[in-house]
Amino acid sequence: MFRRLPDRQGDLVTFTFDGTPLTALMGDTVAAALLAAGVTRFRTTPVSGAERGPYCMMGVCFECLVSINGRGNRQACLTTVEEGMQVETQHGAATYSTEISA
Amino acid sequence: MSVHPVSAVSDLEEIYDLLVVGAGPAGLSAATAAAECGLSVLLCDDNGSPGGQIYRGITEASAATKSRLGKDYAAGEGIVTRFLASSASYAARASVWSIAPHEPETGEASGLEAGVSLAGAARLIRARRAILATGALERPFPIPGWTLPGVMTAGSAQIAMKTAGLVPSGRTVIAGTGPLLYLLASQLIGAGASVIAVIDTTPNGNKRRALAHAIDFVRSAYGLKGARLLAQVHRHVRVIRNVTALEAAGNGGLSEVVVTHRGGTERLPTDLLLLHQGIVPNLNLSLASGCASGWNERQATFTPTVDEWCQTSMPDIGIAGDAGGIIGAEGSALHGTLAGLAAAWRLGRLSERERDERAAPVRAILRSALRGRPFIDELFRPSDDFRIPANPETIVCRCEEVTAGAIRATMPLGVRGPNQMKAYLRCGMGPCQGRLCGLTVTEIIAQERGVAPGEVGYYNVRTPIKPVTLKELAALPQSDSAIKAVAGIVEKPVSANHPQSHV
Repeated sequence: MFRRLPDRQGDLVTFTFDGTPLTALMGDTVAAALLAAGVTRFRTTPVSGAERGPYCMMGVCFECLVSINGRGNRQACLTTVEEGMQVETQHGAATYSTEISA
Repeated sequence: MSVHPVSAVSDLEEIYDLLVVGAGPAGLSAATAAAECGLSVLLCDDNGSPGGQIYRGITEASAATKSRLGKDYAAGEGIVTRFLASSASYAARASVWSIAPHEPETGEASGLEAGVSLAGAARLIRARRAILATGALERPFPIPGWTLPGVMTAGSAQIAMKTAGLVPSGRTVIAGTGPLLYLLASQLIGAGASVIAVIDTTPNGNKRRALAHAIDFVRSAYGLKGARLLAQVHRHVRVIRNVTALEAAGNGGLSEVVVTHRGGTERLPTDLLLLHQGIVPNLNLSLASGCASGWNERQATFTPTVDEWCQTSMPDIGIAGDAGGIIGAEGSALHGTLAGLAAAWRLGRLSERERDERAAPVRAILRSALRGRPFIDELFRPSDDFRIPANPETIVCRCEEVTAGAIRATMPLGVRGPNQMKAYLRCGMGPCQGRLCGLTVTEIIAQERGVAPGEVGYYNVRTPIKPVTLKELAALPQSDSAIKAVAGIVEKPVSANHPQSHV
C-alpha cells in the first residue's frame, strides 16, 4: 500500500511483527515501519472483531493500537521503532498480566 | 541561548510561568514570544520533533523532501529555528492530559496544575498560565466502510510522506473537499504515486455563497496557489464531481470505492482510499479544562470562545492557532505570537503599551493572512450528506462501532444531547474519546430534533484526555486528605517533592 521513496535513506533497525523479522529506517514510527513493510491490519476490535489499521497517523484515532514488547494499547503512530522491538497484532481488548511488579 | 530539552518527568520544574501545549506553528511561536519576554516556558508536544502536523519532520527533512512538499512546508524551518534558539524548556513525546486551576488545600488558588506524561511516568506540575495550541484534526468523514484497513485520511498520507518518505504504491483514490485535497493530490502525483481518481465532494451550491468573499480571496495568497494546484491535478488525474454518495467496500480490507455521481454509480478497484473534508479544532483539552465554546456555523464545528488577546473563558488559559478556530498555518504562527505577548503582559513582563507596540505589526500581517479565509470556509464547507450520514448502517463511533441508525433510534427515548445518548450506546466512550465522532453525533441529534447544533451541545469531555496507565496515576503524589478519604488513615508522609499536589 505504501513504498519508500528512493531518496529516503538512513540506518536500518530490525524489529519483529507477530514474530516475523522486518526492517525499518531509524526514526520511523512503528506505524510507518509496518506500513512500509506492507502490513495494513494492526488490530481487531474488542466489539465485533473487525480488522483495523492506521487512520490518522497523528495520535487522535487510536486505530493503530498494537502490543509492543508485551504491553498492549500502544499507539503505533506515536511510538518510535527500536532495535529488537517485538510488535504484535492486538486482538480485541488488551490483556494484562495480573502479576504485580514493583 | 537554546531550548532546554526535557526527557523525563523528573527533569520538570515544580512551576513554570507558562505551559504551552502543542509544537505546531501556534505553540512554537507562542513559546518563543513568551520566552523572549523573559517568562519561564515549558512546551509539551505529542511528537518526537517540533513542527506539529503541518511542519511534521521539518527538522530532519532532506532537500528532496522539502522540494517535494514545497515552499509552504519549508517555511516551518524559520519558526522551528527561532524556537530552538529560545530559552524555553521543550518536552517532546510528552502528553498533557489535564489542566485545572491549582487549588492547594491551604492558601489561595493560584494558576494552574497540569498532568503530564513522559517516558512512561506521570507528574503534576504547576504553571501560572497555559496556552493551548493543540491544533486541528481532520473532520470525521463517516461513510460506509470508512473503518476498513486501506481507508485513511489524506493528512495521514501526508504525515507518512513527511516523516518516513512513504508514498502510496497501489491504486489510490483521494476523496472529499477542502484545500488540502488538491495539495495532497499534486504532492502525491509529483512523488510518483498512482492516483487513479480525485473524487471532489464539494457541494455545487457553495460556489454561490463563496462568491461574496471572492474579491478578498483573489487578493489573498490562497488565490493563485489554489488555481495552480487545480490546474496541475486536472492535467494528470480524472476528477469526479457532482458526487451524491461514496462508499468504501471490501471484506476485511478495502477493495473498491463505490461512487455515485451525475453519470451513475461506478465501482473503482482501489488499494488505498484517502479521505479528507477539511480540518476542525482539536477541542478535547480546551473542553476538559473548562473553556467555553460555541457552534460556528461557517466552519460547521464548535470553536472555543477566545478574545483578541487569545484569552478563553478560563482566567489563566489562552488558546492559539487552529485550536481556537481554523486559521491555517501562517495565521496560526502569527496568532501564537500574539498569545505569547498576551501571556507576558498578563504576567507583568510587558506593559500594555509594549504589548500593543509589539503586536501591531503581527496583527497587520495576520489580517492579510486571513483575508482569503471566509471564501475558503464557504467554498469547502462539506455537504450535509457527508457530515450527517443518512445511511443507518454507517458507523459513526469507530471505537465502539455505533451506527448512525443506532444513534437515531435513541431519539424516541427522550435523548436531547450526546451525553444522554452515550449512556445508552457507549458512543464516544472508546479510546479516541469522541474525537472522531463528536461533531457527527451532535449534528445527527440536531437534525433529528430540528434544532441548531449549538443547542444540542457537545460531549462533556473530561480529564485525562489521553489514556494514562493506572501505574502512572498510582505513582502520583497524593495529598493527606485524598489518602484519608480513600484509606481512612494517613500512614506515611506524602512525597516530599510535591507537598501541595492535589489530585
